[in-house]
Amino acid sequence: MRAFISSVYIFLYAPIALVVLFSFNAGRSASEFTGFSTAWYGKALGNTFLVSALQNSLMIAFTSATLAAIFGTMAALGMERLAPRNRAIFDALFAAAIVVPGVVIGIATLVALVAVFSFVNPALATIWPGEQPPQLGLGYGSIIAAHGLFSMALVTMIVKARIASLGRDIVEASSDLYATPLTTFRLIVLPQILPSILAGFLLAFTFSFDDFIIAFFVAGSKTTLPIYVFASIRRGVTPEINAIATLVLVASLLLILTARILMRDKKPKSGE
Amino acid sequence: MPVATNTKRNLVTAALVAPAAAWLMIFLVLPFIAMLVFAFGERAPEGGYQAAFTFAQFARLPTRAAAFWNTMVLAPVGALVCLLVAYPVAYYLAVKANPRYRLILVSLVVVPFWTSLLVRTYAWMYILGSRGIPNLLSMIGLEDVRLLNTPGAVLLGIVYGYLPLMIMPIYVSLEKLDRRLLEASADLGAKPVSTFFGVTLPLSLPGVMTGVALVTILLLGEYLIPQLLGGGKVFFIGNALVDLFLQSRNWPFGSAIAVTLVAVVVVILMVAMRIAFRVAGTRQVDLV
Repeated sequence: MRAFISSVYIFLYAPIALVVLFSFNAGRSASEFTGFSTAWYGKALGNTFLVSALQNSLMIAFTSATLAAIFGTMAALGMERLAPRNRAIFDALFAAAIVVPGVVIGIATLVALVAVFSFVNPALATIWPGEQPPQLGLGYGSIIAAHGLFSMALVTMIVKARIASLGRDIVEASSDLYATPLTTFRLIVLPQILPSILAGFLLAFTFSFDDFIIAFFVAGSKTTLPIYVFASIRRGVTPEINAIATLVLVASLLLILTARILMRDKKPKSGE
Repeated sequence: MPVATNTKRNLVTAALVAPAAAWLMIFLVLPFIAMLVFAFGERAPEGGYQAAFTFAQFARLPTRAAAFWNTMVLAPVGALVCLLVAYPVAYYLAVKANPRYRLILVSLVVVPFWTSLLVRTYAWMYILGSRGIPNLLSMIGLEDVRLLNTPGAVLLGIVYGYLPLMIMPIYVSLEKLDRRLLEASADLGAKPVSTFFGVTLPLSLPGVMTGVALVTILLLGEYLIPQLLGGGKVFFIGNALVDLFLQSRNWPFGSAIAVTLVAVVVVILMVAMRIAFRVAGTRQVDLV
């Protein structure tokens, strides 16, 4: 059994390790290591298309994860207070947002936005006082909206689990001592759920930063890092892609490990 | 409670859930309605959508039978292979592993799931591509071995990509398992094998069902793995959808395929939840 488990771990990590190793290869070969070099990193970071795609991805991930952390936490706190029926509706919609494949989310968002724009843009044109009415279209906004959907569901789920494990008595004690609900929230509840909010934010950021398929449908003419990498892969495998892939791996690794440390409880919880 | 405080309480609750509710309505419910409407429409001559009410798009589904066939075969097979590999790992982590290293070992399983699927799939493209293993094989005299762009490569990519997602829910259900039940079974004279099949396996079925359902559903919508490792020869519904929306711009037909896909997903979810519910009496779904 030991041998089997070890080989599964090797299976999980060897391919990634190989990509990282060959990102430091001096030559172009994918099977022969001809010497250590960081030249491919220099080449990747000197590529202006790549750097602007990276900037787009960071901006989109930060914005969608921030919105998700705020609104998702609010939803988790609010859902506690809802009637069971309404809470069930929320639960079902959030579950749908997580479980529906990205390809369907991408398509549905694309179709709906294009339909809405086809009504809104002519209307804007007629009521706009100036010469050039603004044209709504696909772009950063639509990617942030679509990523925000999944991320909000994710944050809500994580924060809700944390709230469920909180002791009620300390909140009651606080209000018995005449603290206003807001004070109780600020001094008692928020400090206890903050790590899970941060973990949710980091996971949401990671999701958005890594997502290809949803952005592929709703990005319009904009390019995110995964879209850029995908396009480069189709042009051919080069060590430069290995260098980019390594940077992406390191970024996700740091984010996910921080999130896991934040989510760690004294008592082991479900939902690893 | 006085009426005034009750109203205030309701207002606060409404304010708390309002942004998420709006988001869910505008970016989940509305898009699904739009997709459903499009599925009954016609393709405009220049591409895109033209209002109509017709079942013509659904009648054309058989023209994409190959994509449906590949998906409907490789998604369940992939999920099954994932399960066969995942169960022993989850069992080891939950029951056998040294508690001191458990957290690290579990983290090592979770981390790949949260790192870019594109990069992880690329890794296999790199290994299976002509400059990878086939190149090594040619050095020992095996010429012209093709690994990339085969169903086997796609299956490998699937198992690689989704193994963590299968291990996690099974691990969680095994970890919750009450050890005293195993001891009781052994005390009553059951052999380890019959304890496993009589106690452990049935009690971990909710986790197994969650894992199988999640992996199958996500695989049904998979695009990257067949695209990069199947190279246009082994294509899924996801690939047909990208083609219809971004290349040939036949949105109504694409919507009809997507609606059909969602219908299949809903059926799988209902069956999985029913089985899990019947076995365990709970509906716990763990994802993260």
